[in-house]
Amino acid sequence: MSVIAEQQRPDLREPKGWRRASNRIATSLMVLAFVLVIIPLGFVLVTVIAKGASAINWSFLTSQIPSEVAPPGVGGIGPAIAGTIVIVALASALAVPLGILGAIYLNEYGGTGWLAKLIGFFSDVMTGVPSIIMGLFIFSIWVLHFGFSGLAGAFALACLMLPIVIRSTYEMLRLVPDSLREGSYALGATKARVTVTVVLPAAIGGIVSGALLAIARAAGETAPLLFTILTVTTVNWNVFSGPNTSLPSLIFANANTPYAGAQSRGWGAALTLIAIAFILMIVSRMITARFARFQR
Amino acid sequence: MEDSEQKVVTNLPRSEVAAAQPAQSDASEAGTEIFGAKKVSCYYGSFRAVTDVSLQIYEHEITAFIGPSGCGKTTVLRTLNRMNDLVSGAHVEGDVEYRGASLYGKDVSAIAVRRRIGMVFQKPNPFPKSIYDNVAYGPRINGERNKGKLNEIVERSLRQAALWDEVKDRLNNSGLGLSGGQAQRLCIARTLAVEPDVVLMDEPCSALDPIATSAIEDLMRDIKQRYTIVIVTHNMQQATRVSDRTAFFSVLRNEESDTRTGVLVEYGRTQQIFEDPHDDRTRAYVTGRMG
Amino acid sequence: MSTQTKADPASPAGSARPLSERRPLGDRTFQIITLAAGLLVLVILVLIAVATTQQSTSWFSSEGLKIFTNNWNPASNDFGALAFIYGSAITAAIALIIAVPVSIGVALLLTEVVPYRWSRPIVYVIDLLAVVPSVVWGLWGILVFAPWLQHIYTSIASGVGHTPVLGPLFGQPVSGASFFTAGIILAFMITPIVTSLSREVIATVPAIDREGAYALGATRLEMIRGAVWPHSQAGVVGAVLLGLGRALGETIAVALVIGSSPAITSHLFAPGYNIPAVIANQFGESSGTFRAALIGMGVLLFAFTIIINIIARAIVNRSTRRMRGA
Repeated sequence: MSVIAEQQRPDLREPKGWRRASNRIATSLMVLAFVLVIIPLGFVLVTVIAKGASAINWSFLTSQIPSEVAPPGVGGIGPAIAGTIVIVALASALAVPLGILGAIYLNEYGGTGWLAKLIGFFSDVMTGVPSIIMGLFIFSIWVLHFGFSGLAGAFALACLMLPIVIRSTYEMLRLVPDSLREGSYALGATKARVTVTVVLPAAIGGIVSGALLAIARAAGETAPLLFTILTVTTVNWNVFSGPNTSLPSLIFANANTPYAGAQSRGWGAALTLIAIAFILMIVSRMITARFARFQR
Repeated sequence: MEDSEQKVVTNLPRSEVAAAQPAQSDASEAGTEIFGAKKVSCYYGSFRAVTDVSLQIYEHEITAFIGPSGCGKTTVLRTLNRMNDLVSGAHVEGDVEYRGASLYGKDVSAIAVRRRIGMVFQKPNPFPKSIYDNVAYGPRINGERNKGKLNEIVERSLRQAALWDEVKDRLNNSGLGLSGGQAQRLCIARTLAVEPDVVLMDEPCSALDPIATSAIEDLMRDIKQRYTIVIVTHNMQQATRVSDRTAFFSVLRNEESDTRTGVLVEYGRTQQIFEDPHDDRTRAYVTGRMG
Repeated sequence: MSTQTKADPASPAGSARPLSERRPLGDRTFQIITLAAGLLVLVILVLIAVATTQQSTSWFSSEGLKIFTNNWNPASNDFGALAFIYGSAITAAIALIIAVPVSIGVALLLTEVVPYRWSRPIVYVIDLLAVVPSVVWGLWGILVFAPWLQHIYTSIASGVGHTPVLGPLFGQPVSGASFFTAGIILAFMITPIVTSLSREVIATVPAIDREGAYALGATRLEMIRGAVWPHSQAGVVGAVLLGLGRALGETIAVALVIGSSPAITSHLFAPGYNIPAVIANQFGESSGTFRAALIGMGVLLFAFTIIINIIARAIVNRSTRRMRGA
């Protein structure tokens, strides 16, 4: 081919000096940033698993909550688990349907109107309201009149979950193609029927997975419950009346004590709580993945 | 960019490709060879988009790549300045020599390659900076700090791009505020500011109106004396208006196995390609019967 | 609005309706229900403001502007909240200084460096970080992290205790549970949201802009500075503001590790207090004006975070919308 002397060939090697160095430094800093993220996560998980695993067994998960000073290995966290389950379940029963309905309004009815934009915007703003405010709110508006109860706690958690469910459901509804809706309209269906029978089922996977994430978030919240359930140590299956307890409340109470037993139970409860949150998150992802496959 | 590794891809067998390619056309009156592509094949994942392309590009000429959609002409263009490196899963077989040095050799830096072989894109993409900073970006990253020299470079490049008179009073305005034709000339000025050897153009006028198009074509003829230009175009009239040499690409398809790939069909002086094409497929395309 | 199409008269389905009928009751009711659900958001926000302010009027009226003084002594009915405002500001500042570079670094790593296929594990890690509940951070913080940090703080303090600038910041007193520890844990907690929002903003920069820079022979860093950053600047600021809002509002983790000691001091390794932490820790024993003061601080926190969130969301929305429309 072309015979060009060695010296005449263009030098195509890397630019030397500061350009190459600064590029490398920048890339290293980015990787370092990620490492800095992994370290505390790993640290926390390893510690919780190490300290919590030794405390957990079936009796731990079901026994009564003993006094603070009780040594490690005595008692358990049963009432706290029960409390979390009933309170979070009630909160979800409130927030999830309302959130879905709200998202339906935004996507199917509100369209580009000013009200829908306002609601959508403030729904996002509401996700940034500190959870402690939700607790103070329900305290002011409910507890002062009706006393502490699991119900009050559920209200506070539901306020927290509502904007999250609205946003994630809205994103899912947006993804449903209009052609599906039009097919149903063309058969003479009303908008309500189209939404309930066609749009919701099409988006259900994403909606459920979004709801699971909101539930995981609510299960881990402590602050809203501080002012609404008045943490006790006995189980209270009646979520509508009387003070209650929950896993995060228990952990908070035990973290503040110097007693080894309480702390050990705290670690066990923390491990349980993280496990619940992680399981919910993983199930949520699995549903998203399976659902996305159906979409194609 | 989908994960094409998921699908099972079979590519067109090379024997079919070889059979479909006629002998290459003449290198008459050619100056220095700038690019020598040798049996270049481009892959996206396991899909072979372009197969066994061999051609030479000569100095101070405008070479046009023409052909129907999907024939790989943009892909081949982008192998000339290693822009395909940016696509995850893309790789190249064969070699491209630039002034005798292999572009895909072991120690070759894509950054150094692109410094010498510039590119103008289909849709004008000025940076969200002032007009001055757009043009000065290239020289600055190559180390030029002297304000006087930068002013000189900016003016020279804008003049070469036939944009100076229109913007000389508003160099500090944002580059995003220019019309389509002006923005494209800004991008050309930006490319010329680093004084490349070659300017690649990927359908530079397809997003512009006819007046802006004609301005750019004039520009191309003006700067041809200082640079080598390779242009991909859908517009055959444009190819006849500006280019010295033309390469016609097409899609080679095997209907039974449903495989396809892009191939170089014919390559020669523009006049010959359009007035006396050697290959039937070329004749069909340039006379408007296909593509 | 709902559409009515004429059913085939030759074979009417069971629900063939006369053309003149107005929208059926069920459809209108459904719409009203969904509207009510949507309005609930606005209603709740307004109610929060009203109800909490109502509960705290006795504090505002008895203290007036003295709420901004550093005079907190419940025993003698003094409720100046400056120390808590100061603590909130300091811990949030520390959290941002640590979290913002890290979050932007990871966001850029995901958008510019890592090929898409390998970005999923990284995103997983970020999500895992986000799922750890605040109380678990607090438990680990006070029982494990703070004692460990105390050794480090002590070494640093003895090293720089007498130097001019660093001394007042990092000298004595030193406690594991302190402003700085709270700030670090807050940084862990706000990183996921700042990262994912920054990433969303940066990802809307069109590929063709990146290619323009690369085509000029730019290195990745030069490309980021020339093409990506000018586009994403504003949106990233919005993401950071959202992180600030989170940092100010995080309660439980801070309540456990901040040291529970109201003080305005430049010493970052000293124990301190901030607004959500004092509310969480002291609410149980409070009553009367004391309680009103705690709720009142909640009102201040609510107002401030609402304003920050409104500004931040507006910025982020405008930034991502502008890019997609372009």
